[in-house]
Amino acid sequence: MTGRHVVVVGAGPAGLAAADAALAAGAEVTLIDSAERPGGQYHRMLPEAYEATDPGALQHGYRSFDRRSRRVLGHPRCSWWAESSVWALERRDSADDGPPLVHVLRGTPRRRHVLEPDALVLAVGAHDRVLPFPGWDLPGVYTAGAAQALAKGERVVVGDRVVVAGTGPFLLPVATSLLEAGSRVLAVVEAAGPAAVARGWLRRPWELTSQLGKSGELLSYTARLGRHRVPYRMGRAVVEARGDGRVEEIVTARVRADWSVVPGSEHVTAVDALCVGHGFTPQLELPVAAGCDLRPAAGGSAAGSPADVFVSVDDDQRTSRPGVYAAGEITGVAGAPAARAEGAVAGWIAAGGDRGARALVTLGRSRDQGRAFAARLALAHPVGRAWPGWLRPDTVICRCEETTYAAVCRSAADPTRTEPQVAKLATRAGLGPCQARVCGPTVAELRRSTDQGAGPHHRPVAEPIRLGELARPPEPPPGRATPATPATPSTPTDSPAEESTS
Amino acid sequence: MDRTRVVIIGAGIIGAACARELALAGFDVLVLDRAGAAAATTSHGEGNILVSDKGPGPELELAQLSRRLWPEVLAALTERTSPEEVDAVEWDPKGGIVVATTAGGAEALLPFAAAQRAAGVRAEAMDSDALTSAEPFLTERRTAAVHYPDDAQVQPAGAATALLADALRAGARLRTGREVLGGVTRGSRLTAVRTADGQVEADVFVNAAGPWSGEVARRLGVPLDIRPRRGEVLVTTPLPPTVFHKVYDADYVGAVGSGAGDLQTSAVVESTRAGTVLLGSSRRRVGFDDRTRPEVLSAIAAKALKLFPSLAGVHVMRAYGGFRPYVPDHLPVIGADPRLPGLWHATGHEGAGIGLSVGTARLVRELLTGTAPAIDASPFRVDRPAVLGGPPTVTEAPNSPPHTAPTTEEGP
Repeated sequence: MTGRHVVVVGAGPAGLAAADAALAAGAEVTLIDSAERPGGQYHRMLPEAYEATDPGALQHGYRSFDRRSRRVLGHPRCSWWAESSVWALERRDSADDGPPLVHVLRGTPRRRHVLEPDALVLAVGAHDRVLPFPGWDLPGVYTAGAAQALAKGERVVVGDRVVVAGTGPFLLPVATSLLEAGSRVLAVVEAAGPAAVARGWLRRPWELTSQLGKSGELLSYTARLGRHRVPYRMGRAVVEARGDGRVEEIVTARVRADWSVVPGSEHVTAVDALCVGHGFTPQLELPVAAGCDLRPAAGGSAAGSPADVFVSVDDDQRTSRPGVYAAGEITGVAGAPAARAEGAVAGWIAAGGDRGARALVTLGRSRDQGRAFAARLALAHPVGRAWPGWLRPDTVICRCEETTYAAVCRSAADPTRTEPQVAKLATRAGLGPCQARVCGPTVAELRRSTDQGAGPHHRPVAEPIRLGELARPPEPPPGRATPATPATPSTPTDSPAEESTS
Repeated sequence: MDRTRVVIIGAGIIGAACARELALAGFDVLVLDRAGAAAATTSHGEGNILVSDKGPGPELELAQLSRRLWPEVLAALTERTSPEEVDAVEWDPKGGIVVATTAGGAEALLPFAAAQRAAGVRAEAMDSDALTSAEPFLTERRTAAVHYPDDAQVQPAGAATALLADALRAGARLRTGREVLGGVTRGSRLTAVRTADGQVEADVFVNAAGPWSGEVARRLGVPLDIRPRRGEVLVTTPLPPTVFHKVYDADYVGAVGSGAGDLQTSAVVESTRAGTVLLGSSRRRVGFDDRTRPEVLSAIAAKALKLFPSLAGVHVMRAYGGFRPYVPDHLPVIGADPRLPGLWHATGHEGAGIGLSVGTARLVRELLTGTAPAIDASPFRVDRPAVLGGPPTVTEAPNSPPHTAPTTEEGP
């Protein structure tokens, strides 16, 4: 029994695996997630109220996930804090004093607590990235993630004639979720050209066979799309959405490798909904608040874009801050199997588990395969640098504050507004309720900012908090579950395959 | 035309105002900043232009001069530039209301306002009905209130960039990313500053580096006791109109004068054009430790709710903090440094720099050209014990009214 208190933030694939491994190593665990149930974006749960007869039909790898979920939540040393969010991390005076204090708003009604962990595992994931284009702010245009959430989480159909567009393999499960929820998917429009996709996916195919779960998953999606005769169009992008108060038609166009539009290739399609996703943006406010170093994304695609930074970790998933570990998409977008492996390593080491444990070798291998997969993903689906060519002067960049492309360009050219903070105050892009989570990467690219630092992710208030909640002093955390008998360390789950599709 | 070469160190609001004033007067002006314009203190404050928080004395005179100049400066800008640029200043002469919520607070506030009136400040006591119609959401628990029609607000980074852009139009140059590393003297005179990109020569150097001006002075070989003091501001999500003036509380009469390093908070509540409500303020002496502490945010929230209890359900979506240039005797430092000919200072405004910037720039120009200054500038002179590193004082300056001191210092 290590007796260490490990706080895990995020209960998606990475966080759940971290909690599982930390419990196996003998730690006390507090697992925090903003949702009602674990699963994160990946295993988005059907709310219990819907009494789904067979959630497995909608959920990939649901059973293994469910086993792990029950094991963790039912564990006597685990405190499960559902519907809770970390609104601030407070660095201590010296890094030697341990990981930051964790300020949490817990449950409904929300109560304010402060946790003082021995180790902190951040597994907060990513949210989808959407590049702006004329009309992207029309009702009926959804982020791919939101459309999937509506389809899977609430079984709401976003439209009858839907196009799914953007880049990356995530478009495929989104399209299948829409089909299963009853939408007609007219096409999946992938901006990456066949050559890039082939370069990413077909080179050294034996690497992919080691990543069985992932490629098997993709094959099954592709098969399902095929059954529904949904065309998968590569090298095209949605460059405009039009409609009177709501999207009615979209313009797709052929794009070159840098995503510049091939003139004359435009094609108009009537739709009643459009789902777009251009990859993912890691949620970095908590790592930044903890003081973790960031790194530019590996691989050619993202190099140089201020939008692509991740938390820097070593082979043990340690960040640059003592006692702070990171796992999952915030260290690189590599999919659920790699996130699970990273989580298990992070949880085990954070709990003080034996570094010689045999399972770590398997987990490490799985994680490395996941990272190789991530590199391929980046290679196959890079965001082309010429996408701003789609924009018009009046295209809205920041939806919260309705800042236009012209305003961002004006400020970028102003010698007195070279500072991102000053430009932000001038254009107001990023000052609205989403606090630049959506437009931040876009604005950084448009400004051709060379700032790859923490700046855009600096949000000392990581989650909105009511003044009344903030004004009250924190309450002592409810008693943590204490083990009836001393815990005996077991081993971390050494096979991430247990959790993958089978 | 005076083609004296002036290098201004620091492109915050003070440096921007000085650059504009001197460039318009014909000086050959170069502004250096180690980062970008308005990057630090200026863009991390509230944007206060206040007369309400200053008792009779030199700082009030500077505030009154500045308050007279702001509309003139904006009118001049309107003639020379685009409406958008002037609009970005977000000038709002909304007036301030100081509210006491205890008997002690009222006893201190009313005589203080009377003394301000004697010094020419418009300060009108409000009865409860007038207060309710001016601020319908204010707490019912109030014991006195004074309306200051001349208090105003700007968006501080917008104000600084507008002043700087006007300076550039008048011929000034801006070099960002240039940190001053040291000085070069000939005889006893400062003739150049060293940067990583080489030396920059000039006839006059104006240290306008805000909280870092102590460090700049040290690098140039003359100590200057300017210290950083941290302040934090909370920002709510946009609301329908709820707060109509700059409203702050007067209830720390007895609390001030305690150790200046301790956390002190006082409620300053106001809305912005975007509909957000800004909640200040705090002051802490923590060096350049830039951590935003939840306990500080909590204290600010608690104080603000005492004034506006109905805001309890409103979400805070953002918090920011910055360092203010603090001088132990609470007076700005404006003028030539007698220890090093060629070096001037325009710093030490603590939390009042946005408001005081244009008056400070006017004094710098008048002192540099040998014109009779608009107000007596001698209280701001460099060679006074508090500035040259005399024994540290923790008591408030006699001219600094206890009830408003925290606002003055950390408001913007």
